[in-house]
Amino acid sequence: MKRFSRKRNLGDSIFSITNGIFMLLVMVVTLYPFLNTIAVSFNNGLDTIRGGIYLWPREWTLQNYVSVFQNPNLTQAAFISVARTVIGTVVQLFCTAMLAYVLSRKEYMFNKLVTTLFVMTMYFSGGLIPGYMLIKQVGLLNSFWVYIIPGLIGVFNMIVIRTYIQGLSEGLIESAKMDGAGDFRIFMRIVLPLSKPVLATVALFIAVGQWNSWFDSMLYTAGNRNLTTLQYELMKLLSSATSQGGTVNVDSYKNVTNMVTPVSIRAAITVVTAMPIVLLYPFLQKYFVTGLTIGGVKE
Amino acid sequence: MAKKELQPSLKTSHIPAGTSWIGYNLSRMKSQRQLMWMSFPFIAFIAIFAYGPLWGWLMAFQNYRPGIGFMEQDWVGVDHFRTLFTDPTFLRVIRNTLAMSLISLFLGFVGSIGLALLLNELRMILFKRVVQTVSYLPHFLSWIIVTGIVANVLSTETGIVNVLLTKLGLIEEPINFFAEPKYFWGIVGLSSMWKEIGWGTIIYLAAMASINPSLYEAASIDGAGRFRKMFNVTLPSIKPTIIILLIINVGNVLNAGFEIQYLLGNGLVQDVSETIDIFVLKYGINLGNYSLATAAGIFKSVVSLVLIFIANGIAKSLGEERLI
Repeated sequence: MKRFSRKRNLGDSIFSITNGIFMLLVMVVTLYPFLNTIAVSFNNGLDTIRGGIYLWPREWTLQNYVSVFQNPNLTQAAFISVARTVIGTVVQLFCTAMLAYVLSRKEYMFNKLVTTLFVMTMYFSGGLIPGYMLIKQVGLLNSFWVYIIPGLIGVFNMIVIRTYIQGLSEGLIESAKMDGAGDFRIFMRIVLPLSKPVLATVALFIAVGQWNSWFDSMLYTAGNRNLTTLQYELMKLLSSATSQGGTVNVDSYKNVTNMVTPVSIRAAITVVTAMPIVLLYPFLQKYFVTGLTIGGVKE
Repeated sequence: MAKKELQPSLKTSHIPAGTSWIGYNLSRMKSQRQLMWMSFPFIAFIAIFAYGPLWGWLMAFQNYRPGIGFMEQDWVGVDHFRTLFTDPTFLRVIRNTLAMSLISLFLGFVGSIGLALLLNELRMILFKRVVQTVSYLPHFLSWIIVTGIVANVLSTETGIVNVLLTKLGLIEEPINFFAEPKYFWGIVGLSSMWKEIGWGTIIYLAAMASINPSLYEAASIDGAGRFRKMFNVTLPSIKPTIIILLIINVGNVLNAGFEIQYLLGNGLVQDVSETIDIFVLKYGINLGNYSLATAAGIFKSVVSLVLIFIANGIAKSLGEERLI
């Protein structure tokens, strides 16, 4: 450090300060829209239209949330969202891990073939219409299982888990085999418990994907109102508000008073839908990042 | 790796003398029958759900009408493809898809690399972590939520962008961003950037973490300041990562356009907002023209596949083996 001139140190400090300010700006740009949405969701709907709500509500009210939670359609949607997230994560994680174990075994006869079959699907698909007709033919249209079964195996997740399993001690598996344990038993008793870190990561990816998906609700279960999800309900509200194309009537939320508006209801549902992720996310961030680096960098 | 030697009998080149090929493979299957049982359901699954729809590609060569047996349909050859390529709407959606993909790709790359470089320069670890945590967050929200947020931010009456622009005196009247076609591509590009910029930095930061510190020391001794080190040490060191990611993403340009365009688009801007996927959805599901929509889907799948193979070829020739 001694050899640097004072000028350089000054330049360094200016750079650090500018950089710090820029980073604060990045955080403001990222967080402001959320904070604004939260403020709007707690503000009187009619008052919001007058403008000027930024970070703090002007006329506090819980009316928007009351309207949301009193709407039977939305409580059902929340139930389905939770159900598909929980069931989907457990089932898909188990299946993906099982296949990952099989494909991590070098002696498995069809290893190459099966791996290629799955990896190919990352690069092309039959397309929307043939896919839709298939779902129809196998009877998954308007069934809860359409949320679970078509995505049973996530190929990228499978590769991440397989890479991790390949890093486990082979001796452990070999010695269990010597003791007469079958592959299923080894998978359940040895490989699954040892793979907890990667399974946690993948479970989070699956859960976020399940919670966030809406297109399958629109395409496959639109005929059954009982199977709607939070994201899809929010989407219908959004399209009625932004793109003139929607058909959702906000009147169904006005069962208590006339104090709610599309903007305030939308804000409340956005908060309800985003909350689970926003609240859990800081604690889970570690796992997300690990997953990306296992799959993307090391693999 | 040394364990491989434990089971030489499982290698095909080691068929024991006096055993037929079939008999050998049968006994091999029997010895790993649990692996077989564990994998068969998934082989069936992938065959049905990923490869089954390929059968439906035949629809593109028919005038498909529901209610008639598949083979009794009228076969029309490549008529639908001919219709597609003379249809100005289809040519327009191809243009839109490519334009929005490339805009988002460019903004995403420049944004993430720039942000990663600056994050890498932060000396306060705690502050760096906070910025990272905040900037990754939008990645985990659905496009529904993000488009809702975008709609709020850009709203004519109360949106912060219009409020700021008016207060700064840059505009007289609030702009109705969603009614003007000229803004749409920009909105899509910036929204994607907002959502993914932080997440995109992870891979570059990982690459930067593995740069040999002695390079920086050498640069310091030569009198390089922080700016010089950023541009002459850090950036060249992550160049391979940048190139590989660029190639992968270019291979995916046709796949990158549905949710945001579908959610933000409306009748006023549909000339610039509709992408190939939206075209397929509109013709197939809404208008019931299964055959034309399937033809459009086939076009997209085939072109994407070709692009991906080209991209992989380039990546391989650059010495990266792990892409496909």
